[in-house]
Amino acid sequence: MAIDCCLLAGRLMMQSGAETYRVEDTMSRMADTQELSATHSFVTPTGIIFSPGSPHHTKLVRIKNRTTDLEKVALVNDVSRKLSADEYTLEEAYSKLLEIEKVDVMFPLWLQVLAAAVVSGCFLIMFEGLWIDVPAAFVAGGIGYIIVTRIHELTRVKFFAEFVGSLFIGLIGFGAVQIGLGTDLDKIIIGSVMPLVPGLLITNAVRDLMAGHFMSGLSKGAEATLTAFAIGAGVALVFSF
Amino acid sequence: MWIIQGVLSFLASAGFGIIFNTPKKMLFYCGFVGMTGWLVYRAFNIYSDDPVQASFLGAFAVAVFAHLLAKKFRTPMIIFSVAGIIPLVPGGMAYNAMRHIVENDYLNAISFATGAFMVSGAIAMGLVFAEVMIQIIFRNTFGRRNKTE
Repeated sequence: MAIDCCLLAGRLMMQSGAETYRVEDTMSRMADTQELSATHSFVTPTGIIFSPGSPHHTKLVRIKNRTTDLEKVALVNDVSRKLSADEYTLEEAYSKLLEIEKVDVMFPLWLQVLAAAVVSGCFLIMFEGLWIDVPAAFVAGGIGYIIVTRIHELTRVKFFAEFVGSLFIGLIGFGAVQIGLGTDLDKIIIGSVMPLVPGLLITNAVRDLMAGHFMSGLSKGAEATLTAFAIGAGVALVFSF
Repeated sequence: MWIIQGVLSFLASAGFGIIFNTPKKMLFYCGFVGMTGWLVYRAFNIYSDDPVQASFLGAFAVAVFAHLLAKKFRTPMIIFSVAGIIPLVPGGMAYNAMRHIVENDYLNAISFATGAFMVSGAIAMGLVFAEVMIQIIFRNTFGRRNKTE
């Protein structure tokens, strides 16, 4: 039970986009409260190996899909802190974690799309664009975000989704400039692709590398680089015509 | 102009908070952290005309504020730092590098790509320096507290 609880907490955090060292830290803290001594955990973005020391067996869980859901990170962190402070018993903590696994705490899609559209417009002005280009960036950013989410749900290939999304952003920007709704194509595209930028991966990769988790740091860095290439390739395709 | 920049960077960072599904209570603070980082970046970029140093300072400010807020609310620090870092990401330079590659202008592409690489490195260093500094400061205060007790 204690081991399952630690593994579930670790898996939930990793799936929601926490840093590797934080996952290991949380798991060993939870294990300490359950009088498991000499525990070792090895966390990578694709799987967690947890060894609770003899007489228990070492366990492994596979992490199949990763999303960005910072609220779940905060919730799991809260459960682990309460378990350490003896506010929760092990059973309570485990049932809480099972609850967290099931609930969907994501913001509704329309709100995410609206946020992406607003972000695109804001970045356009922050990068010294003109106010006249804001509507084009707003539309391109919002549509690009919808396309990325939908295609990711359909194909489960993240890089392809990002490629198609940035391709459409490029096309919308190009179209807007052609029919006179925009002036500066470069600024429109830069602003609109900002919601797709792998910010979480970059931050986590750096922090993992600095904490000495080279495997996770490098693999997250590779994921971020591939995402950046996918976005770049999508936009580049528009220019090559 | 500064007020507009502040408001827009606040909105952009809070918007990223929504995209990353930050807890609702924290959205305001996400926006605040992002605004601080962007204003520091912009002020120093105008003062010194060096985006690398400005990104370092911006990322440093973001990480310091994120750590302080994380200590205050007892939540993981990435909740605040992720949305705050995004405005500093060298999207424009990476875009220009890619565009020059498409136009077979490799010389300019390499100079833009190197710029983007340097800025990313500066952001990383800013994050790490702030983390180390916060750790040293808080360890010292805890140490003192223990001694007086």
